[in-house]
Amino acid sequence: MSATVAVGRARDVNVWAVIARTFLYSFLVCLGVVVIYPLIWMALNGFKDNAQIFGDPFALPAHWSWDNYIQAWNQGVRGYVTVSILVTVASAICTVLISAWTAFGLTRTKMPAKPLVIAIVLGGLMLSPTVAIIPLVKMLQALGLYNTYWALIILYTAFRVPFTTFLIRAYMLDLPSDLDEAATMDGASEGQIFWRITLPLCRPIIISCVILHVLFAWNEYLFAMIFTSGSDVQTLPVGLTSIMATHGTNYSVVFAAMTISALPIVIVFFAAQRYFIRGLSEGIGK
Amino acid sequence: MQARFGSLLSFRWAAIALVLIGWFVYYPIVDNFIVSTTDQDIYTGEVTNVGLANYDRLLHDPIVLVALWNNCLYAIISVVFQVFGAFLLAALIEDLRSERWRRLWRAVYFVPSAISITVTGLLFYFIYQPQIGLLDAVLSRLGMGQLVQPWLGNEHTAIYAIIAMSQWQGFGYSTLLFAIAIQKIPRDLYDAATIDGAGALRRLWSITFPLTREMTGLMIIVTITGAFQVFNEVMVMTAGGPNNSSQVLGTWLYQKAFIEDNFGYGAAIAAVIFVLTMLTGAAQLWYTKRRRVQL
Repeated sequence: MSATVAVGRARDVNVWAVIARTFLYSFLVCLGVVVIYPLIWMALNGFKDNAQIFGDPFALPAHWSWDNYIQAWNQGVRGYVTVSILVTVASAICTVLISAWTAFGLTRTKMPAKPLVIAIVLGGLMLSPTVAIIPLVKMLQALGLYNTYWALIILYTAFRVPFTTFLIRAYMLDLPSDLDEAATMDGASEGQIFWRITLPLCRPIIISCVILHVLFAWNEYLFAMIFTSGSDVQTLPVGLTSIMATHGTNYSVVFAAMTISALPIVIVFFAAQRYFIRGLSEGIGK
Repeated sequence: MQARFGSLLSFRWAAIALVLIGWFVYYPIVDNFIVSTTDQDIYTGEVTNVGLANYDRLLHDPIVLVALWNNCLYAIISVVFQVFGAFLLAALIEDLRSERWRRLWRAVYFVPSAISITVTGLLFYFIYQPQIGLLDAVLSRLGMGQLVQPWLGNEHTAIYAIIAMSQWQGFGYSTLLFAIAIQKIPRDLYDAATIDGAGALRRLWSITFPLTREMTGLMIIVTITGAFQVFNEVMVMTAGGPNNSSQVLGTWLYQKAFIEDNFGYGAAIAAVIFVLTMLTGAAQLWYTKRRRVQL
């Protein structure tokens, strides 16, 4: 259909251009199918029973019953979702607040040795969790934080503060400072300026940072796998592998559990696409 | 004096961040080097200093070579698909006339990147399975039944199957970033080129490519860094098997440190990953510095 529109618009109808265009459109559609179909297959398999899963993989489910989804939810997924929400929300709040404070200090105060502080904070971007994992295990065991939510909340915050500070700082640098100068004249303290003026002005980038953090924390696997072993403190990604280990032969429940864990983040992405893209495009300079 | 005190006091804004990062990000890196020169008995808690013995062992460990090669394969294939492939795809999408379609394709291709690697890894674990999987079913319907096999169970295909999943998941992310970079190119450049009779390929090569070169450079570095830190998808799909054929440095570290309880040797592998990512990180820093006057 798009190809015919293109033909109508072109002044002299070039056959090769039409063929090329049709070919390109089909390519985009095929690629879209390759990307989306496996996800649909995953959700559909959650509706099938095991016999059907071993049958024709392209068939639609025979009955649309939510049994597998309910079973997955009751056999662990509810607990994992609760832990994931708790860890994600807590670490998002900590990360964004601490990063905003740091960015404010770096852009709006007379802090000495700013270049050094910037180097220390942003240098954290280059250090990967994999390299720190063995010392962190020893450290968190010594602190008695092993196998608690706190381990994940602290680590997610510590490892995401550099990136988030980088984003918020770049945004604050571009904000005009006449408002806070006026407030200083009126006798406002730095704290009041931060909470009443700068933070509200940074709303768009704060939302982007929260969303990028949610994406990170909801999906994180390495720390979650190593620092939690009890099923009452495991997040969804680790919980899924536990479900796989215990219900490995009941494929339909595993598929249902996978779908349940993927759905919230896909919804978040589509609902907040604009902020998502802003955060990504500003963050690529990291 | 007052002013001096006031400016020192403003450190409070960065204090929490500095303590957190110093304690949980920097200190472990230093400690990792110390651990790598020891042998630790996790049951008795006894620590013996072994000097560089763990590094010596590393040099003679054939699996380290396999892992390093797999990380390199990861890097090469990802640069081809997630940098150059994504660039072409982004150029193609941004060339569409209707903004609604452009937005749709960008969003559709991005969806897998939003989903956890654990979920996509498990999903492809099933897709690659011969009994219930999609891949072998598609191949037999297309009359390529001789290719049907357990993709993750075969030593020769396991790592490629994992890398393929990773491309499926990641290309939409870089396509989106390239699309954003292309949108920043002034439209009149294209209009002028069209009037001068430049075709689509010519515009791509002479305008789009040079004007997004910075993004391309950055993406190559980011992708290579990521390739040396790969862990999740390999862990979820094969845990390094069969017969260690799909090990990468990250999973070999995990195997040594947490399955075989050899912290010292694991830390030595971590040190190798550290050096490799520092090299690409330094390249990245240099690149960003050159690009922007003010970081």
